[in-house]
Amino acid sequence: MNPKITRRRFIKGVIFSATAATSGAGYYIATAASSRSAGAVERLISLSVNGRTRRVDVLPQETLAHTIRYRLNLTGTKLACNRGECGACTVMIDDVANYSCSLLTHQVKGREITTVEGLRAANGSLHPVQQAFIEELAPQCGFCTPGQVVAAAALLIANPNPSREQARQGLSGNLCRCGAYDHYLNGVMRAAELIS
Amino acid sequence: MPSHDVMPDMELYQPLQVEDAVALADRLGSRAWLLGGGQDTYGWLKDRAKTTEAMIDLNGIESLRGVRETADGIEIGALTTLTEVATNTLINERYGLLSSAAGRVASPQIRNAGTLGGNVSQDVRCWYYRRGLDCYRAGGNLCYADTPEGMNREHAIFGASRCVAVNPSDTAPALVALEASMVLTSVDGERIVAAEDYFVGPAIDIENTTALRTGEILTAVRIPSTWANATFYFEKVADRNVWDFALVSMAVAMKMNGSTIEDSRFVCGAVECKPRRLTEVENAVRGRNRDESTAASIAELASRGARVLAHNQYKVPLMDSLVKRALQSA
Repeated sequence: MNPKITRRRFIKGVIFSATAATSGAGYYIATAASSRSAGAVERLISLSVNGRTRRVDVLPQETLAHTIRYRLNLTGTKLACNRGECGACTVMIDDVANYSCSLLTHQVKGREITTVEGLRAANGSLHPVQQAFIEELAPQCGFCTPGQVVAAAALLIANPNPSREQARQGLSGNLCRCGAYDHYLNGVMRAAELIS
Repeated sequence: MPSHDVMPDMELYQPLQVEDAVALADRLGSRAWLLGGGQDTYGWLKDRAKTTEAMIDLNGIESLRGVRETADGIEIGALTTLTEVATNTLINERYGLLSSAAGRVASPQIRNAGTLGGNVSQDVRCWYYRRGLDCYRAGGNLCYADTPEGMNREHAIFGASRCVAVNPSDTAPALVALEASMVLTSVDGERIVAAEDYFVGPAIDIENTTALRTGEILTAVRIPSTWANATFYFEKVADRNVWDFALVSMAVAMKMNGSTIEDSRFVCGAVECKPRRLTEVENAVRGRNRDESTAASIAELASRGARVLAHNQYKVPLMDSLVKRALQSA
């Protein structure tokens, strides 16, 4: 939008905002425990993540992506746009794909959160979508891949045998700037075969 | 534009009953922000373009979810997700127009979180306003979009009054076409507002897109049986098939007798700050056949009276073409 944003400036901006976010989080931990009005939410909550119950101290305004990455250290979930426009932060809430950057952590208390780390089987073998993505060489640079994997896994839960067009719709909320969309679709179709 | 990972500190309330929510809305008044799916909200807060002291999260209120049959039509809880609206059997069978519209909102993940109530109550998407500039809508005294240098390709061609932003909702035109009504609940009880009056332009209220007042919560959308199982047409034209807001959308309901249009509702989205009913088109097609010649002779009525800005002239033929296509495709 702004022609004055060069690539160099953009990268500098990203580095700066990352630093700001880190120090900002520290600030909130230190001060936000102060006076809360009656009836407002408790900060210490239980979350069910990848089949485990995790006790975690969560700010009222904290997004799920932030909690997952910076409090639970599950960094497979990527934060890219942080505004619901790319899909890199996709996780499953009760088996439904959601942007974790655009949900408050306090909204998913008592629900089952599945991140990309939670997809593998108990014996450590890959989820069919992960296996199929490898076999089809679906990712290129790989940054959007965790989101694509989770979106595809959620699609196959809702519709284990999608047509290619349905798969395209199912993955339409995930951007890939390498443009490896067709490779990802090949992966989803192969994953559907692996599951059936 | 600065954006932040973390939103500013705020109080969060998560009521489980409607009564508690309206009591909170009454007590907190303008200090509080009502939270549905949050897909419009979080951007404002992350960008620091708007802030709030308190948030009332309505997602925990189970009674606000789901689709119910009523004596005259259906009632959809305001917290029902757009995915549910798009796939619900009852809505699909009788009010396919709304299913089509809800299914075209943003992306699958946003539809999984976004709610019907939020979709119709969302704020405008004018980027000058979203950026936090002091424009008319933000309480200032100028418009950045309606200037010779302004980027106004997405903006209004009707009903502008100082502000030239459009209503970005996809479901809003469909609900106006279906003659839906909105249930607004407050501590004083319920207030029922026709969808057509729920959306307001800048001449009436420049800072809000809806008739929702402080202390009120949109709890349900009612759709009467009037247009159930009518012949529907919905089309949304956007730059991309996913995420983007409509450049122009068209929601049409027609009652047919053979090939004759007995009655109709033509409602156009994204050309004004509220869904625009095309009453001239409705009157002109009454009693006519739904065919090529009707389409050709009537389409140009759609955009009559449009006032274009520097970069949105294309919306005029686009509007006409969508009316034409609605009348052609049988």
